Amino acid sequence: MNTPAITSSILLADGVSSASTSSHQMNSPHLEFKNLSVSYGPKVALRQISIQVPKNTVLGIVGPANSGKSTLLKTINRTIDFISTARVEGSVALAGEEVTTMKNVYALRRRIGMVFPLPVGLPLTVYENVAFAPRRIGVHGKAELDEIVERCLRDSVLWDEVKDRLDMLGTKLSGGQQQRLTLARALSLSPEILCLDEFSIAIDPVTTMKIEDVLMQLKEKMTIILVTNLTQQARRMADHVAFLNDSELVEWGENEAMFNRPKKEITGRYLNGEFG
Amino acid sequence: MHSQAQNPFGPTPYERKKERASLIAKVVTFVMSMALVIPMLLIIGLIFVKGWSVISVDYLWENPRGGGIAGGIWGPLIGTFFLTLTCLVIVAPVGVLAGIYLNEYAPDNRATRAIMIAVTSLAGVPSIVHALFGLGAFVVAMHMGKSLLAAACTLAVMTLPVIITSTREALAAVPRNFREACWNLGASKWQTIRTIVLPNSISGILTGVILVVSRAAGETAPIMLTGAAAYLPLPENMPDKLMPYYLGDQFLALAMHLNVIARDVPNMPTEMKFGSALVLLCLILLINSLAIIIRVQLRRRKRW
Repeated sequence: MNTPAITSSILLADGVSSASTSSHQMNSPHLEFKNLSVSYGPKVALRQISIQVPKNTVLGIVGPANSGKSTLLKTINRTIDFISTARVEGSVALAGEEVTTMKNVYALRRRIGMVFPLPVGLPLTVYENVAFAPRRIGVHGKAELDEIVERCLRDSVLWDEVKDRLDMLGTKLSGGQQQRLTLARALSLSPEILCLDEFSIAIDPVTTMKIEDVLMQLKEKMTIILVTNLTQQARRMADHVAFLNDSELVEWGENEAMFNRPKKEITGRYLNGEFG
Repeated sequence: MHSQAQNPFGPTPYERKKERASLIAKVVTFVMSMALVIPMLLIIGLIFVKGWSVISVDYLWENPRGGGIAGGIWGPLIGTFFLTLTCLVIVAPVGVLAGIYLNEYAPDNRATRAIMIAVTSLAGVPSIVHALFGLGAFVVAMHMGKSLLAAACTLAVMTLPVIITSTREALAAVPRNFREACWNLGASKWQTIRTIVLPNSISGILTGVILVVSRAAGETAPIMLTGAAAYLPLPENMPDKLMPYYLGDQFLALAMHLNVIARDVPNMPTEMKFGSALVLLCLILLINSLAIIIRVQLRRRKRW
């Protein structure tokens, strides 16, 4: 990793964050968790979480393993439904609409791009991987699909590596490439919320930086929820940072305040890498 | 032994014992596998040697005459074909769709487990019991009479668990995270099954279906009570010869024909008995090799 690149993105992130938070703070939040609790059988995964995410901002969620970060993401697109023991209480609101009781979960999931840490290339060609979701909602025009595929693969910084072999199986790409393919697929429906769970886990630092730059641009169009184990990544990208520990929201607030003037001592220690 | 004992790098008594045990295990398991293979080769060889002399185009193309003592085996051959085809038309959609339900939709609860136990138990029921069930349910209660349809239905019930189980296994071989990736994109369960799961499990499902065909073609008991005749005069004129049976008719089938000529026809020439057995055997080997070819193809086309 080269230091100049990091510092420049920190500056970029901070610059954008202060501008956008001030202009959007007044609006009602794009995504709001209110007293959200989730349990798997007797095990509590999330306890009374309340966070508001303004439109076109990045919320960084940090916290040690098993603190409920991924569970929080699953409540947003209701994939929590697939875990039969899960019980959800409280509310998740997407642009004012209650998510936990929403009838049409398919429409909901199309509004939310989701990237989980394990890269999954579908057993289709690279092209069809990205065109999968658009096809399912009836986009069939070749020109339109071509445009979507190229845009999403460029946004996920995979285009240059695969542009000459779009008919290759997605499952045959390397781990890091498959992870970017997963990101491209998540972008294919131009979601209003993009949830990233450890998206950079299998990706080299240089490519990660490039993706982070793209994400900062995508923020103009979507709200981003970024779960990360790299506190520096949260520092570079997030407008707000939420710190989860042991199923509870310890605290959340603006990036700068969280890193420099945390209200709780444990937050400062975690964000500075002294506890984990 | 003597030279080994003097060699300081030679095996210790413990090592020699271990090697001897290993050798014994190898020999015993080899002999047991041969005990499996040799009778099979002997049976196939015997049937080939004794039945080869009657095999000719005429033997395959002529209908049996005089109660089976003369002529060929066209009637039973085409009967077996129509029987397995009808059975397949009934059992394949039911079995494959049930397998899809059980693997993709059914919640993991007591009812599902009860269904799976029922499926496994059904597979363990002896074929003569299926025959009696077919006689009671299809021939008598449903007024089908002894007919091709009743026999095909009986075979369908008998082979249903095979298709359900093989379909389930083929579907379960597709990793769950492919499904989750699709659901995350807003695809419905059916869209996911249609676009990702089925295209990647179709070869496995087909293999199961083909194995069912070979089983249905070889069964005697279930069709004996439900519609297969010992002997029938068959039409010799051209279009009728290709389709001699309707669904409501009794019919001849190879397995039944063999059963009859082997026991019930006096003065039956031996080579004709072995000839029928040879044709039945080749038919089933042919169908099974088709299943093997598809399975090999499947392995080569693995997409992840």
